[in-house]
Amino acid sequence: MIYLEVPKSLKPIVNQAHQVAKHVFRPISRKYDRAEHEYPKELDMLAALMDGLSAGSGERGAGVDGLRREEERKEGVRNGGNMSTCLGLTELCWGDVGLALSIPRQGLGNAAITAVADGEQKKRFHGVWAAMAITEPGAGSDSANIRTTAQLDGDEWVLNGEKIYVTAGSRADSVVVWATLDRNLGRAAIKSFVVAHGTPGMEVVRLDKKLGIRASDTASITLTDCRIPKNNILGTADIDTKKGFGGVMQTFDNTRPIVAGMAVGLARAALEHTRALLAKEGVEVRYRGSLFNKSAAEAELIRMEADWEAGRLLMLKAAWMADNGIPNSMEASMSKAKAARVANRVTLRCVELCGGVGYAEDELLEKWARDSKILDIFEGTQQIQLLIIARRLLGKRSSELR
Amino acid sequence: MDNEKIINEVMGGGLRALNRIAESSLVERLGLEERTQQLVYEGAKRVAETAAKAAKRLSPKRASERPRTSRKFDLSLSEEQQLMRDTLRRFADEVMQPAAREADDQGAPPDGFLDTFSELGAIAMSVPEALGGAAEQVSAVSQMLIAEDLARGDMGLAYAALAPLSFVNAVVAWGDERQQAMLLRPLVDGEETEATVAVVEPHPLFDPGALRTTAKKSSSGYTLNGEKSAVALAGTAKWILVAAEIPKIGPRMFIVERDAPGVYVTDEPAMGLRSASLGRLKLDGVSVPHDALLGGEAALKSRGKAAYRDAVDRARVAWGAMAVGASQAVLDYVVPYCNDRVAFGEPISHRQAVAFMIADIGIEVESMRMLVYRAAGRIDAGLKCQREAYLARTLCADKAMEVGTNGVQLLGGAGFIKDHPIEMWYRHLRAVGVMDGNLLV
Repeated sequence: MIYLEVPKSLKPIVNQAHQVAKHVFRPISRKYDRAEHEYPKELDMLAALMDGLSAGSGERGAGVDGLRREEERKEGVRNGGNMSTCLGLTELCWGDVGLALSIPRQGLGNAAITAVADGEQKKRFHGVWAAMAITEPGAGSDSANIRTTAQLDGDEWVLNGEKIYVTAGSRADSVVVWATLDRNLGRAAIKSFVVAHGTPGMEVVRLDKKLGIRASDTASITLTDCRIPKNNILGTADIDTKKGFGGVMQTFDNTRPIVAGMAVGLARAALEHTRALLAKEGVEVRYRGSLFNKSAAEAELIRMEADWEAGRLLMLKAAWMADNGIPNSMEASMSKAKAARVANRVTLRCVELCGGVGYAEDELLEKWARDSKILDIFEGTQQIQLLIIARRLLGKRSSELR
Repeated sequence: MDNEKIINEVMGGGLRALNRIAESSLVERLGLEERTQQLVYEGAKRVAETAAKAAKRLSPKRASERPRTSRKFDLSLSEEQQLMRDTLRRFADEVMQPAAREADDQGAPPDGFLDTFSELGAIAMSVPEALGGAAEQVSAVSQMLIAEDLARGDMGLAYAALAPLSFVNAVVAWGDERQQAMLLRPLVDGEETEATVAVVEPHPLFDPGALRTTAKKSSSGYTLNGEKSAVALAGTAKWILVAAEIPKIGPRMFIVERDAPGVYVTDEPAMGLRSASLGRLKLDGVSVPHDALLGGEAALKSRGKAAYRDAVDRARVAWGAMAVGASQAVLDYVVPYCNDRVAFGEPISHRQAVAFMIADIGIEVESMRMLVYRAAGRIDAGLKCQREAYLARTLCADKAMEVGTNGVQLLGGAGFIKDHPIEMWYRHLRAVGVMDGNLLV
């Protein structure tokens, strides 16, 4: 039965995450925007809190460990871990995107471990905070083109290469590194490896200064003859050229709806606050009458809300599909593409609507407009999402529609 | 009344309706026997169950009872909705699409089109058993899916088919017993196939909440004055549901017979939707009796006010569903076209400038669909949907036209000429932002 409301069963998680966003993130949001690279010590307490929430809510955690893909369809419809994680992140990012990205043990690397690791690894990496290192100076969106190599030497993998734009790359305990086993075999040879900080040969060489999400550290990392245990590879070491990216890319089907959720949360913050500021100027939002009989400000708020709602529902759809074992690559990309571009447009427009107040640092609107930009870039840029969607719709391979 | 009599009465209407579907020659022609049989089987099973329950309780199920929802986020269709969807998709592909161009040229649906549509059972399946139809429960989602699937065939013909269905939906939802008894049976049985709804008025910045058409109380009932625009089947409908403002009371709906004195209909050819026989309706001192007010005397109170608001929301869902269906048709058309069309030595779909436009169409079609489904889902769950329907309309008005214009663009010159349906769909899709009434789920 068609019913597109957030189920009552997930309301407690949404509420918990909202309380964290409101009472932990918002009060320190500006502080760490200004103090870039300073470690938000408030987050250690929060990490414990998040762990507790995850443990307490069983399979439906608010964190990334909820991102299991249902392998087979069980009886009835499920609203499970993917949906609750998306909704949780939505609330946290309503508070602050940079801080949400800095919650210990909730990194994208953790999502990869949850999605791909075997039982033994899941146990061994339990409680580890893992960042994700894909991008290189010469390979961004074309991640099949990475140059970092991994070679098996006895019982160890030897990693060499350079990684940039690693979110939480200096604060995390470990980094999930993408590397190729054989550059001549293309994307099928790309595997991911868990490398613990402190391993000789891995070094954080630089922290980036950024447009937004300054509370989150973005690191450059070098790997020089870095040796890690053989069983730190995620997934199989076999190179199956027919399967292509398979394992490593699979993570994206689960994480893209989450980034959509982050965008939904951030955009909602801007919309709500703009609405409150405009209400003081006598602009009231009413869902009746012709849009063209309204003030331009009211009409714009409604148009933005409609677009925002689309991003939100596409996110829920993609998560619902994952929870119910339905392949969702295209829908995951659709949700990410729509929600992220809407968030960017909405946050920028909100600054404009609020004028000097929106532009100045006394409100968070200008910060949100800076933060939103990254959401349309990481986990696959807008353009990469469009490529994925177009290939699916047109039935094209990546060699045809490049 | 003894039990047997009650069972007979309850079963009679539903079975008659089901039988009509089973008899249809169209069903055979479209190769839909199996699906239809299943539909009839399910319908019959329910008719029997309802009759049994009715006999037990000595009171038939009320139309206003809402289906129980599982209250989980869910995008799956019920078995019955899926069956109806299969039937209507076939109808859209094999009957509507081939007929659309000529109907657009003629400014009318092909002969027998409405009979054919009625034979498929969409009307019967929209009226509860207790009122002589074959539906267990009425569902806004089911109605929305019908609108989407028909518009995927052709939005103009869909408008023609949905006009009587919208009239039926209004009578089922808000009509009093007498109105339901008088109006529903002929439409379910196919004796009458033409009825329509007239809300939209021919002036800029139209707002369904601020009607210029008035219904002034008179000694014998009401006197209606005003003009209605883009009314489907205006020249041939037997009944027209007219929205008019009762001074000091507010907007309400009236059942007006088209051949009543003072009702004037003129052709109103427009940019698109021409195949729905669009007409301008002029009401010049039309006298209607008291019981022409939809819902009867009770509708003068707050119940009638709520019904009208509800009707405005449901109209937005209906046009949203039309936008989704017609936009999906554009997507389904441009994909093979851009894969086949070769320029600069390769299919144009291999170029990002083309492929990205198609990806955007895909994203926005799905965006519209989600907002419209949500609004309809809320109606079935008994939740308010004023905000959701308004947002759905707002998004669809923008995005449906964007899809329409990009569809033509992707075909280039070929999109501009009448060899392809896409120029017609462009004209249809402009209606989504214009129409705020005249249909309802």
